[in-house]
Amino acid sequence: MTAVTNRYDFVLFFDVENGNPNGDPDAGNLPRMDPETSQGLVTDVSLKRKLRNYVAEAKGDEAGYAIYMQDGAVLNRQHAKAYEAEGLKSESKKKPKKVEDAERITTWMCTNFWDIRTFGAVMTTEVNAGQVRGPVQMTFARSAEPIMPLEVSITRSSVTNEKDVEKERTMGRKHIVPYGLYRAHGFINANLAGRTGFSEDDLALLWAGFRDMFEHDRSAARGMMAARRLIAFRHDSALGNAQAHKLFDRVTVQRAYKGETLPIGDDRTHNWPVARAFTDYAVLLDDAALPEGITVVEPF
Amino acid sequence: MTYGIKLHVWGDYACFTRPEMKVERVSYDVMPPSAARGILEAIHWKPAVRWVIDRIHVLKPIRFENIRRNEVGAKVSDRNARAAERSGDLSSLGIDVTAERQQRAMLALRNVSYGIEAHFEMTPKAGPEDNPGKHREMFLRRAAKGQCFHRPCLGVREFAADFETVETFPETALPPGSRDLGWMLYDIDYTHGRRSMFFHAQMQDGVIDVAAAAREGLTA
Repeated sequence: MTAVTNRYDFVLFFDVENGNPNGDPDAGNLPRMDPETSQGLVTDVSLKRKLRNYVAEAKGDEAGYAIYMQDGAVLNRQHAKAYEAEGLKSESKKKPKKVEDAERITTWMCTNFWDIRTFGAVMTTEVNAGQVRGPVQMTFARSAEPIMPLEVSITRSSVTNEKDVEKERTMGRKHIVPYGLYRAHGFINANLAGRTGFSEDDLALLWAGFRDMFEHDRSAARGMMAARRLIAFRHDSALGNAQAHKLFDRVTVQRAYKGETLPIGDDRTHNWPVARAFTDYAVLLDDAALPEGITVVEPF
Repeated sequence: MTYGIKLHVWGDYACFTRPEMKVERVSYDVMPPSAARGILEAIHWKPAVRWVIDRIHVLKPIRFENIRRNEVGAKVSDRNARAAERSGDLSSLGIDVTAERQQRAMLALRNVSYGIEAHFEMTPKAGPEDNPGKHREMFLRRAAKGQCFHRPCLGVREFAADFETVETFPETALPPGSRDLGWMLYDIDYTHGRRSMFFHAQMQDGVIDVAAAAREGLTA
């Protein structure tokens, strides 16, 4: 399979309705927020976890698509422990220090594991600084407008412990974002794709993963989450043909109300109702006079 | 003779982890020279050249933000990978993220903007076809077009850096005066067993003169 030879810079839009897209362990699982602007945040690793889970679901045991960073649920290592022990017996105590040898193992890991090929991994096998850099790099996702998390108290009509039987019921709390449209930026690096063997097929799987990863991540906490739009700028060359921040500036989000669209924060939007659906926003792409060598790809 | 360049880099977040506080990462106040070198190398580098950082301009106020995430505390095991390759069975490989979970905080910098002044020197690996003019032009051409070998980042890969070549840096928002930033990592010395080198960072009107500090002497 041929490796990806074009650089891509992409913008992913996804939204949440009455759910918690990414809890903050430092804040009692409240939705993550930027303390300065009150915009909602979703970390890069949260999105990468969902992609890994999607690929594990979509590809199953297919060769070349194993997932290294396994979620507890898809873990299948117990019966394999015997194998592991067997294999290690023949292992000599001293590791071969040869460079080619280490590279062989690294290549083998990249060939077999989709997530190592895509995101990279810190592997003790590699000589140079002990890590494989993957071609796909993501940044924190940020909501278009400040979010307003709600705390919802709920009751359960049973108790866990025998001694609490008098209480009859327990109370719990859920934190939800009524609505938030999030925007994440990502980069696909052709030079690193060549090194890990990240192929065009892997890229197609990545796009499909972004589209469907929330469909396989339903839970009581998440509410309704959906990937809304993915705009990718494809560069003709591996090094790229334009500055990423200028391409990202071409993608803007505006508020929409009764057929009218205005920039976020515009004075005239002050008496508009708050956004509660994707239709309250307009995602605009300025694709006029794109720099030479840039094409827009919209996987969905 | 030096072949200097000026690069303006900025981003929403940055984390230049202090080596003494890296379990729960705490960032340095400003970008250290080693991180600046990494950014330049992400745009253009060949074994024939070696980037040297001269000055770092701090253009925005120093502010921090705390971020806690679930991380794993394990690395890919060399032994297990070899064993699996031999037996052809993948099921013994993989890290169980729930078992290896660690919640770690990071004290990251917020809303940063830096000016990097640097030059490069030719190394003994330079061949007859290498000359300083060529590498300088390659760097400037790439940076001007927004090209990069891999996307530069501000300390860690989730904090991607935007960059632009400039003639003069934007006005700094820092108040005038001097500020002692204490001992900071200068770089890792790969010729002496990856030894860390430190320098005493002094900021004068938002500018850290790395070259001058390096001349005064680095401490291992």
